[in-house]
Amino acid sequence: MELDKSVIGLQGKVYNFEVEKRHIRQFAEAIGDPNPLYKDEQYAKDTPHKGIIAPLTFPITIGADGGDLPLQLDTKRMLHGEQEFIYYQSIRPGDRLQCQMKVTDLYEREGKSGRMQFLVIDTEIKDDEEQMVAISRMNIIYRSLTT
Amino acid sequence: MLKTELNFDSLIEGQELESLNKPPISKVQLVKYAGASGDFNPLHTDDASAQKVGMDGVIAHGMLIMGFLGQYVTELAGDRAETRNFRMRFGAITKPGDEITCSSTVEKRYEEAGEKFVSLALEAKKPTGEVVGTGTVLLRFQ
Repeated sequence: MELDKSVIGLQGKVYNFEVEKRHIRQFAEAIGDPNPLYKDEQYAKDTPHKGIIAPLTFPITIGADGGDLPLQLDTKRMLHGEQEFIYYQSIRPGDRLQCQMKVTDLYEREGKSGRMQFLVIDTEIKDDEEQMVAISRMNIIYRSLTT
Repeated sequence: MLKTELNFDSLIEGQELESLNKPPISKVQLVKYAGASGDFNPLHTDDASAQKVGMDGVIAHGMLIMGFLGQYVTELAGDRAETRNFRMRFGAITKPGDEITCSSTVEKRYEEAGEKFVSLALEAKKPTGEVVGTGTVLLRFQ
């Protein structure tokens, strides 16, 4: 089934995400990122960040934690084409974040293998005072199944 | 870590910056990344599952490559700049054993409302020159 423009504006429930120091450390380790900014409190305090922060791509873990959009998608057709992060504040250990997924766009392009649909899903990440922390924007290619 | 930290005053549009060479991607790394990111798609951790969908074996998470670029950008920014926007388009797939090099070019350098900005064009490549990802990052300097 093809998606239509009516999916734009669909949103999931607001969910909470607690940022743990160990999670930040393990995420940086998996990337093989040796920056002490992600694990050494003493070091991080003396930087302009004034404490441990999460790596730039850490918000992807937040999107993976609560995807409950009221939308049936065929995962076999989905391809993560692009990813964008828009930053307002750093993410820090102990943060209690409020997150919500929203479908923000759907558009079509003619591709090599026929018509392709692109679905844009934002995960909005706010702090406990509802100030924006970051937006994680996924651009998903929704391929037609030709077989 | 990189030797140089960017300095707004000395950057020139079109300038190529020091690149970052990552060690070969390992299967253990993909398992760690699956756990840390929450992306447990077996395409990245289980050879048999990957072969069922036509691959020779597991392939790396695209977001791991973006993580490499994130490491690179943060090292370039150092203590002088903060990242405002970071985007990437995924290219060729990467497999265990692949060595990725992150490189960048100064795209734009400008001042706006008294603030200093630099955008960099980013690229992640295999030693063969095959591009696994391209992107841009916007840095705000202090």
